[in-house]
Amino acid sequence: MTSESVTTSDRATGTLTVKRGLADMLHGGVIMDVVTPEHAKVAEDAGAVAVMALERVPADIRRDGGVARMSDPALIQAIKEAVTIPVMAKARIGHFAEAQVLEALEVDYIDESEVLTPADEAHHIDKWAFSVPFVCGATNLGEALRRISEGAAMIRSKGEAGTGNIVEAVRHLRNIVGDVRRITQADSAELYRRAKELAAPIGLVQEIAATGHLPVPLFCAGGIATPADASLVMQLGAEAVFVGSGIFKSADPARRARAIVEATTHYLDAERVAKVSAGLGEAMRGEEISSLHEHLADRGW
Amino acid sequence: MFADIGTVTRTVRAPADLEGLSGIVLPGGESTTLSMLLSSSGLFEPLGERLGAGLPVFGTCAGMVLLAAEVLDGRPDQRSFGLLDCVVRRNGYGRQRWSFEALVAAPKVSAELGMDDRPMPGVFIRAPAVVSVGPRAEVLATLPQKGVEAPQPVVCRQGAVLASVFHPELTGDRRLHRLFARMTAAHAGT
Repeated sequence: MTSESVTTSDRATGTLTVKRGLADMLHGGVIMDVVTPEHAKVAEDAGAVAVMALERVPADIRRDGGVARMSDPALIQAIKEAVTIPVMAKARIGHFAEAQVLEALEVDYIDESEVLTPADEAHHIDKWAFSVPFVCGATNLGEALRRISEGAAMIRSKGEAGTGNIVEAVRHLRNIVGDVRRITQADSAELYRRAKELAAPIGLVQEIAATGHLPVPLFCAGGIATPADASLVMQLGAEAVFVGSGIFKSADPARRARAIVEATTHYLDAERVAKVSAGLGEAMRGEEISSLHEHLADRGW
Repeated sequence: MFADIGTVTRTVRAPADLEGLSGIVLPGGESTTLSMLLSSSGLFEPLGERLGAGLPVFGTCAGMVLLAAEVLDGRPDQRSFGLLDCVVRRNGYGRQRWSFEALVAAPKVSAELGMDDRPMPGVFIRAPAVVSVGPRAEVLATLPQKGVEAPQPVVCRQGAVLASVFHPELTGDRRLHRLFARMTAAHAGT
């Protein structure tokens, strides 16, 4: 045993409180996709609360095609060394060995992500088996609760990554928040039926009925490209935002990154959002959803 | 959390929100982000003036980093109010994988509140570690460390400044909240 494990032997690591606790600390913040240590510095300078270490942003994954996998550990290490804020990384849906590698690399959060090519078409990762917390995407409340039952400590609405189009994120966020609201109005007998309809554990449905909110923090991802997009999803009930291609596919990433951070913090202050939005240069071009060949949000079950 | 003990709170996002406060909490988060937003919101100077004039402040985790006199492993441009005579190391307990729950010893806090003492649950999320405490600050709680002689300071106070490296709001223990409520009442009475 190392000396460290002796001094820490009375400390409980990897508990639910500790996993959800970090998500709580990211509340009101912006998590940015980065593909190089230099991008990571730009994100940290702009006030990001965390970065997602990737080899390609979703827009490039969409353009290039092929199988998208976990990033090179050397890249993840370089990004970890470049910044002091938490570093997240993505594993393929169901690819628990990639997740084990990411845990060994000591990333701070693992995203079991539909942006990568799924490795298992029937099973998500059993996330209780890990001490590093997981975030998972969801398009509706049933999907969110299934991920939570598997151990996810944070849910993000999926949106449609790499499109710069907010419409799917809004749809998914409204689905989840609306379903939560309906559960709070159901009587105790109706909750069983709702659990069946949602294909979700009754215990989690009862917990929502009692507390009025999802058991873990709800963040928003997939299509945020402007400060006003960030304000929109925060007003719809997101507790923080993920910005992928929207920053580094724009004309002036440093300025846009900072503007999105400020708009997320001051999302109810329209004058402030107007001020930071002025003269930002071109946003990422974006895609019409009907023109897409593949909907990443359909991955996962 | 303060609502549990009958204290009224509100969110401060702009300088005007500082009016009429009897105490302020600097919460957890990323200290780099907090420092940047305090500056861009125009809050850093007016808040610094009020804290310098004795407005009670309770900093938890990143909030403690913002209060410490010296910060190790931070960013060079990271700003701190420097009101607490101690040195802290950012992420001093390691990355998230090593974030933990543990019981801390806080007999001074219990005694001051006139409560029976029992260990206080602490949730340490990528927590800063207190490297050293200067003569002007008082240690109110410590984390026992097996195999190490001296327990590590985890809650400190200096005048109207209270700071904790862990998150008391993630547990059901309200002793630190009660202690801070007393500090704000004492301030309001001066």
